[in-house]
Amino acid sequence: MILRFVLRRCALAVPSLIGLLVLTFVLIRVVPSDPAAAMAGDAATPEQIAQLRHEYGLDRPVWEQFFVYAGKAVRLDFGESAFSHRPVALDIAQRLPATLELTFAAMAISIFLGVPLGVFAALRHNQWPDFALRMVSVLGVAVAAFWVAIMLQLLFAMELGWLPLRGELSVSVPPPVRLSGFLLVDSLLTGRFDAFGDGLAHLVLPAVTLALGGMASIVRFTRAGVLDTLQQDFVTYERAMGYRRMRLIWRYVLRNSVTATITQIGLLFGGLIAGGVVVEAIYDWPGIGSYTVNAILTGDHQVMLAVTLLIGVVYAVVNILTDLVHGLVDPRLMDRS
Amino acid sequence: MNPILRKLTRDIPAMIGLVIVVVVLVIAIIGPWIAPYPGDAAASHLARRLKPPTGPFPFGTDNLGRDILSRVILGARGALTVAFTVVGLSMAIGIPLGLIAGYRGGIVSELIMRVTDAVLAIPQLVLALALAQLMSPSLESAMLALSLTYWPFFTRIVYAEARRLGNSLFVDALRGIGARPLRIVFLHILPNAASPIIVRATIGLGFTILTAAVLGFLGMGATPPAPDWGLTIAQSRVYLPDAWWYALYPGLAILLTVMGFNLLGDGLRDLVDPRLRRSR
Repeated sequence: MILRFVLRRCALAVPSLIGLLVLTFVLIRVVPSDPAAAMAGDAATPEQIAQLRHEYGLDRPVWEQFFVYAGKAVRLDFGESAFSHRPVALDIAQRLPATLELTFAAMAISIFLGVPLGVFAALRHNQWPDFALRMVSVLGVAVAAFWVAIMLQLLFAMELGWLPLRGELSVSVPPPVRLSGFLLVDSLLTGRFDAFGDGLAHLVLPAVTLALGGMASIVRFTRAGVLDTLQQDFVTYERAMGYRRMRLIWRYVLRNSVTATITQIGLLFGGLIAGGVVVEAIYDWPGIGSYTVNAILTGDHQVMLAVTLLIGVVYAVVNILTDLVHGLVDPRLMDRS
Repeated sequence: MNPILRKLTRDIPAMIGLVIVVVVLVIAIIGPWIAPYPGDAAASHLARRLKPPTGPFPFGTDNLGRDILSRVILGARGALTVAFTVVGLSMAIGIPLGLIAGYRGGIVSELIMRVTDAVLAIPQLVLALALAQLMSPSLESAMLALSLTYWPFFTRIVYAEARRLGNSLFVDALRGIGARPLRIVFLHILPNAASPIIVRATIGLGFTILTAAVLGFLGMGATPPAPDWGLTIAQSRVYLPDAWWYALYPGLAILLTVMGFNLLGDGLRDLVDPRLRRSR
């Protein structure tokens, strides 16, 4: 049954992925009035533009262009970056671990702080800790991440000098041998504890900046979920049975309250990837985000296209995973579909 | 007083939000008359550049000697103009599509909802950045890009409502007495979908101010010398850490404005969604 559920869910993603391909195609081929001229830049001569047009098949019928484009996208062939002159797929593969490292760090902070704080707020319902946490979660959603990033840099890096300002590793620390691409993992595997410590210090500010909004929404949803569950009859019954309070809360109440939180964590991952775009750019984090901002600022269309597509696919995959986890936590959902 | 309104006035966070929103709206309208140096939207005074906050300049001055307080006040109009334009355009695109998809069904509905899903499959910020870039960066491109990426949220809501109401008894009755589809959709279904639309629009205003600030910050929106909040923060980066006030106050303005719309939107949602009302 689980297998059927998994397959069904994956099949549902196919139309979205096709839609994604069409959308990015429209974006890159239809929005600019002359894609070849846009690609070539301002200084290009008409001959160069004509050559580009021919090279990219822009003189063919639109449907043919789409199939060529889709075929290449499926084979992860996104052409060359107009600026680094390296294959875009290679650039992305090299930068992906840094982004994942940052995203997972931010996610860990959001969950390990957000869930307990949400439970705490629900238990102190309508007392001052609840009000304080609600205020913080409102602030966390409303604040501009790029501004928080600059403020944290200002305070902790420039004024106090406790943490590094930008980058993934100090210039004075030679990077560890690249095995998995994840800096922290690689430095542990090769026993480079100096690089591990330095990398960790570099990770703190970007991860905290990124985690802020996510933590705020997790606090909110956990609080609401726990409050809902606390009103149910089984809780009253178990209380009457004399279950210890903490055991009751952390085992039975939380498990019945996490459905909304899991959805939120799924959304969070997508949100973190998107939010990371700007945060990475400010901290010069060598991941997909700063690559995207660079591509957008310099008008590197091949890169923009590939990254947009990649982020869309990540979104789709995370959605499937979220549904699967839902099904595992609450088996009733599996029957319903 | 109307019982629903009375309930809203008892919701303290929502009231705080309402007060903030009203204050920002007033500032946006009368900004040029209350700003201490209204000319500082464009003028420069190199003699008083980068002055820390003091009596005549409570928020300090920027690298061209312009009063930051005045520029924060003058920036409110731009921020709200963008927000209302974007949310308005998104509603103009999203609501009719949602109504058609929800009421008609069939292949048209399928098509509309697939496009909606595809747009929602990419984070709004990323898609808007790419669109703004492709349309050659300017404030108008930014607004269009934000609208073209925000309408699906309205389509989703209106679609669900139109589906639900399309099968209801009163719509059957309307069909029975020969009401035309357009009349049913716009005069009977749309008003019933008003509350979720209003809630989404309120939250959307805050959200748009935030995203537009990012676009401005990355140079994809307003152009100098506009007193745009996001753009100002970007310009301040070169003068850090010395001129901390340069980056601080525009960010606080964004925070406060977005918070106002979010608090108000949350309050409105609790009001119209009985399922959530229980939990507070």
